[in-house]
Amino acid sequence: MIEIDGITKTYGAMTAVDAVSMTVETGTITVIVGTSGSGKTTLLRMINRLEEPSAGEVRINGEATHSLKPHILRRRIGYAIQGHGLFPHHTVGRNIGAVPELLNWPKDKIRARVDELLELFSMDPDAFRDRYPAELSGGQQQRVGVARALASRPDLLLMDEPFGALDPIIRTRAQEDLRRIQQRLGSTIMLVTHDMEEAIRLGDRVAVMDGGKLVQHGTPAEIIAAPATEFVADMVGDVERPLRLLSLIPAGEVVEEGTANGEALPASASLRDALSACLWTGREAVPIERDGAAAGRVTLAAIRARAEAHG
Amino acid sequence: MIQDRVAGTVSPPGVLFAMLGVAALLTPFMTLAANRIVAGEGVMAWAVAAPALVAPGLLAVAAGLLLGVPAGKPWLRLFGSVLGLSGLLWLLMQGAPALLDGEGGYARVSPAIGFWLLLVILSLLLADTLTALAPGPWMRLGFLAVASAVLGVVLWSGALADLSVMQEFSSRRDAFLREALRHLGLAFGSLATATVIGFPLGILCHRRAGLRGAILPVLSFLQTIPSLAMFGLMIPILGWVGDAVPGAQDLGIAGIGFAPAFLALVLYSLLPVVGNTAAGLAAAPPAALEAARGMGMTPLQRLLRVELPLGLPIILTGLRIVLVQNIGLAVIAGLIGGGGFGTFVFQGLNQTATDLILLGALPTVALALAAAIVMDALVDLTRRTPKGTP
Repeated sequence: MIEIDGITKTYGAMTAVDAVSMTVETGTITVIVGTSGSGKTTLLRMINRLEEPSAGEVRINGEATHSLKPHILRRRIGYAIQGHGLFPHHTVGRNIGAVPELLNWPKDKIRARVDELLELFSMDPDAFRDRYPAELSGGQQQRVGVARALASRPDLLLMDEPFGALDPIIRTRAQEDLRRIQQRLGSTIMLVTHDMEEAIRLGDRVAVMDGGKLVQHGTPAEIIAAPATEFVADMVGDVERPLRLLSLIPAGEVVEEGTANGEALPASASLRDALSACLWTGREAVPIERDGAAAGRVTLAAIRARAEAHG
Repeated sequence: MIQDRVAGTVSPPGVLFAMLGVAALLTPFMTLAANRIVAGEGVMAWAVAAPALVAPGLLAVAAGLLLGVPAGKPWLRLFGSVLGLSGLLWLLMQGAPALLDGEGGYARVSPAIGFWLLLVILSLLLADTLTALAPGPWMRLGFLAVASAVLGVVLWSGALADLSVMQEFSSRRDAFLREALRHLGLAFGSLATATVIGFPLGILCHRRAGLRGAILPVLSFLQTIPSLAMFGLMIPILGWVGDAVPGAQDLGIAGIGFAPAFLALVLYSLLPVVGNTAAGLAAAPPAALEAARGMGMTPLQRLLRVELPLGLPIILTGLRIVLVQNIGLAVIAGLIGGGGFGTFVFQGLNQTATDLILLGALPTVALALAAAIVMDALVDLTRRTPKGTP
């Protein structure tokens, strides 16, 4: 559990982060979202003390971060940044093993961990271990960057716009990969982005920052259904709110008995996908299947009922 | 159309070298003088020895120039340039004893304008070919080793012993060895000292922008002092130190001699060492440094694991500049009694004995060339990332 307690950062007369408090549960993803200058990156960098807080404290599993030397603290916290920051003169294997190397793990343990992580990110260890970053595509570099941040099984993974440099298609895939790997490893992640879409897709909890203040902190559904301020509503995009809400609900939740024509959707597809399928093919309902077997249908009426049931 | 076809099959520099080479063959190849001071008279290449002895050399030079003409065949052109250079050597080896024969004990024979022009032209051909071959660092070191070995064997064998410059050498064998060691001591010693002082200074400059703004302009100013003036300035300064500081003279510190020359060279070396160290350390990508800090590297670890390895090629380039520059500048040490090959150069100038000047100048040039090749190869070997990466 990560407890952020009244943390503040001032530069002269300017307050970049103003008394932010929040708690991040172990094994969840918290996305900090805001415009540029909202203090979101400063907040993140105060957690591993790349910026020293002017006031307040951060506790990781009950232990205050200022009780450790900064470089010792940072070795326990993964850190992934936009533009990956890989070492150009080290191979992929050495890049991923950088933090275990700092922690003096034995060589064979580092090697095994590197291969394990490459497998996890769908990169063949034999093909990629000895390559240099410049020989990888942008998406591969980014995956290596995240793998490096996870290498020492950190208590917490901080990510600063990790997908910012990727094109939209690779970006979506990278987000799905992160979600899959986070669930598999049970990692605790704090991620900074300016993209509300990304926040809603990835976050178990979303924290919205504006002008150095934390203006709302809750589940994606809460943020969409009840924006605390006009700023949050703007960030969510008023017009798209119903669609955003539907994108959070799996079809399996509103499936009902019965049959429907046309191609089936998996139960894990969102209601937004189901709505889209209905509108596109002029159907009133779509069949849903679970593990390949028919599981019933989702009707337009059911989708509408869920969209209206907010708040 | 025809022009295009011709352009595709011949190398324009090759044609130029061949034409210049033929013109150079029409100038005197060697000179014969009654003694080491007076001006000699020129002898054409075909007249330096009996026709049967000269013919193979002339043929080799002509064939070498001709082989340099075709485009797109670098190995053939390389062979041509080596063949041509061998021809030059052959002509010298045949010409020197033949010309001296019956001319009396004081007669001197030297290479003349034609020889030097052909040497330059064939070396340019060699360089042009090597550029096209783009050999890797190990191969370049291999070429250097082979060339040095061949030169060493030729000089050792005494095949050129009749040349005037070699006669100057044989009458000063011990002095030559002593001054050679002194020259190397000046060049490498000043490099080592400048590195020991400049490297930490470069790191400090990299870490503190304020210090950088204070130090680099001072070092740049030192660099602008003309070398003769710098060596001259050292005389009163170190002379005063030698007189004023007890024990300094016992250490060899005085207005003239080794110490002022050494100090001048160190001062000239500081800017390339400090400047390139600071620039090399700044070459690491900012994102990689941010990641290094974020993952928990201490400042020392960042320096040793990220900044230094990425900056090493640039830092070594600075050392290369210093080494080549100091091998050349150390000649001027001869003027203030600092020793080195400059001793022969300035003796030769005083006696108007051209060959004595060459005895100092030729090894200096060879040394600087060899140092440049070795350092360039080292710079390439330290670039550990694949091509095209920052």
